[in-house]
Amino acid sequence: MSAPVLDVRSLSVEFESTLGTVHAVRDLSFSIGEGETLALVGESGSGKSTAAMALLRLIPNPPGRISSGAVLLSGRDLMALSEADLRGVRGREMAMIFQDPMMALNPVYTIERQIGEVLRLHLGLSKSEILAEVVELLRLVGVPAPEERARQYPHNLSGGMRQRVMIAMALACRPRLLIADEPTTALDVTVQAQVLDLIHGLKEKLGMAVLLITHDLGIVAETANRVVVMYAGRKVEEGTVGEIFADPRHPYTRGLLGAAKWEEADGDLLREIPGTVPSPFEMPSGCSFAPRCAEAIPLCRGAMPELKDVAPGRQVRCFLAEGRGHG
Amino acid sequence: MADGTPQVASAGGAPILEVRELVKHYPIRGGLFSPSQMVHALDGVSLSVARGETLAVVGESGCGKSTLARCIIRLEQPTSGHILLKGADITVLAGRPLRELRRALQIVFQDPYASLNPRWSIASLIGDPMRLHGLVARGERRGRVASLLETVGLGPEFMDRYPHELSGGQRQRVAIARALAMQPEVIVCDEPVSALDVSIQAQVINLLKRLQRQFGIAYIFISHDLSLVKHISDRVAVMYLGQIVELAETRAARRRVLHPYSQALFSAAPVADPQAAAARKRIILAGDVPSPIEPPAGCRFHTRCPYRQDRCAREAPQLRAVEDRLVRCHFAGEPGFPPETSA
Repeated sequence: MSAPVLDVRSLSVEFESTLGTVHAVRDLSFSIGEGETLALVGESGSGKSTAAMALLRLIPNPPGRISSGAVLLSGRDLMALSEADLRGVRGREMAMIFQDPMMALNPVYTIERQIGEVLRLHLGLSKSEILAEVVELLRLVGVPAPEERARQYPHNLSGGMRQRVMIAMALACRPRLLIADEPTTALDVTVQAQVLDLIHGLKEKLGMAVLLITHDLGIVAETANRVVVMYAGRKVEEGTVGEIFADPRHPYTRGLLGAAKWEEADGDLLREIPGTVPSPFEMPSGCSFAPRCAEAIPLCRGAMPELKDVAPGRQVRCFLAEGRGHG
Repeated sequence: MADGTPQVASAGGAPILEVRELVKHYPIRGGLFSPSQMVHALDGVSLSVARGETLAVVGESGCGKSTLARCIIRLEQPTSGHILLKGADITVLAGRPLRELRRALQIVFQDPYASLNPRWSIASLIGDPMRLHGLVARGERRGRVASLLETVGLGPEFMDRYPHELSGGQRQRVAIARALAMQPEVIVCDEPVSALDVSIQAQVINLLKRLQRQFGIAYIFISHDLSLVKHISDRVAVMYLGQIVELAETRAARRRVLHPYSQALFSAAPVADPQAAAARKRIILAGDVPSPIEPPAGCRFHTRCPYRQDRCAREAPQLRAVEDRLVRCHFAGEPGFPPETSA
């Protein structure tokens, strides 16, 4: 296998607050290869979005700081780059799309100018080249009448169209890595299908690596190759999409899947995970999931289990999964 | 029925709530030189729900499902049409009878952060509606609040807390307890779990199901989440641009849907099963939902329909009985229409 596009090693992110230090992401490692989609799955407070922002070094400091770790993009450590060098990477080699395109688009710029700015800054294209390229990009992401749309403003477009414009902007420099943070959460189901289809098609066409951040296991099942499940800042399980859905080893993953498979519980009550995600200031001792875990044993409340390799590319952080092995 | 609209009868017998030919148009003021226009939010929606039954209303943004919810509980005055609660027309009520209606018909909103007053304790949030309706004597109110909190799975220690001290799931439980305090006959649930995390969604859905079994409450369940709807509802109404395009028993809709829009909607919903996802053929609709200001002439779905014919642009189809359901499509029921999608 060739070297991964993105290799994250032992990434930790902390935030200082008046109540103490919040360990938002702890010792997170994963990698993504060319043409591969890795889904980072978790609920609010799991640290998945913080991890994504940390990859781009967009953690506001203070109060936040990347306390340790390395982020290698095609072998180069982004944590060691100067701010100026980093600007050449953001938007060019790695780009990000967000849940709400209205937040990412400047309401007083035309679509041509927003996308054009990326092209001018990173690729130094001339004015006439920019217009041609913008129209080409809009066509690539399936915006109808691209010449006309290029002259319009974000408020002229529907939610799905804005999301396409944001994707066009992210793809302007043909990045090697696309980070998509809940890219379709704000969209309707039929438009969501369009946008997921588009991201998948572009990944194939451009050979990008995609980091997909989502809480929606349906989207994971449809688009991801591999899955990393996070809980309270830590990776609790990793595997291929087939392994995670067919043989989830961590009780939290099993709970998430049970809660997402509504249809299988026809007429019955759903399998639910009791309680809520612990507050970052009141982290339980031992395994963070133990207070909500139906299978917890006394050991779980005393010590945090290590992340163990249970098979090639397959990791679980659970005392009970270590002896299980029915995969 | 007076208007001749066919009905798919609700399973539980006589309907407790009935909506007949409901229309809601919102005027938008034109500019100095442009004429004022109308947003066609609802155009002739008829449905009913029986005691202990869950009727789901699904559709995408702009389809009118939230306007329907707001009209049913009389937060909006419908332009025309009727809403009947236990056979009595509530569309024209005002004053004291309207207040009594507000007791029997409750709503749980999507966002418990917005629907609970942040300056009120949980005890006042749940207890005050009881005071307004004179349901529980003053001395017994705290006891009743405590028992309602217990019903929704919260301890009595929550009584003196404030909404900001609660998680999203706990706040939604409080919103449900507040609705229950009124001993309602019907609860309109407008995307009640969309703002919650996956594991918390299951808790709240299970709670709603338990309460329905216990008290026989009817739910009108508004949602965009099709897998959730397939789980929780007895019947499902699919809406598109202010109209119902298909109304069927959920069991039947799971097997097959007959309107091309329902088909696209159901096929687009992600399924948490990689093998089923790979085997399935998704119908990707072109374009966006047209503006409800000028809905397309003829069939409202014809601009995006993969099977459209010339007739669809000219002639608006009626909602009609096809096999075991109601469908608003000229061609539904013809052999092989719409073509199967699952592999």
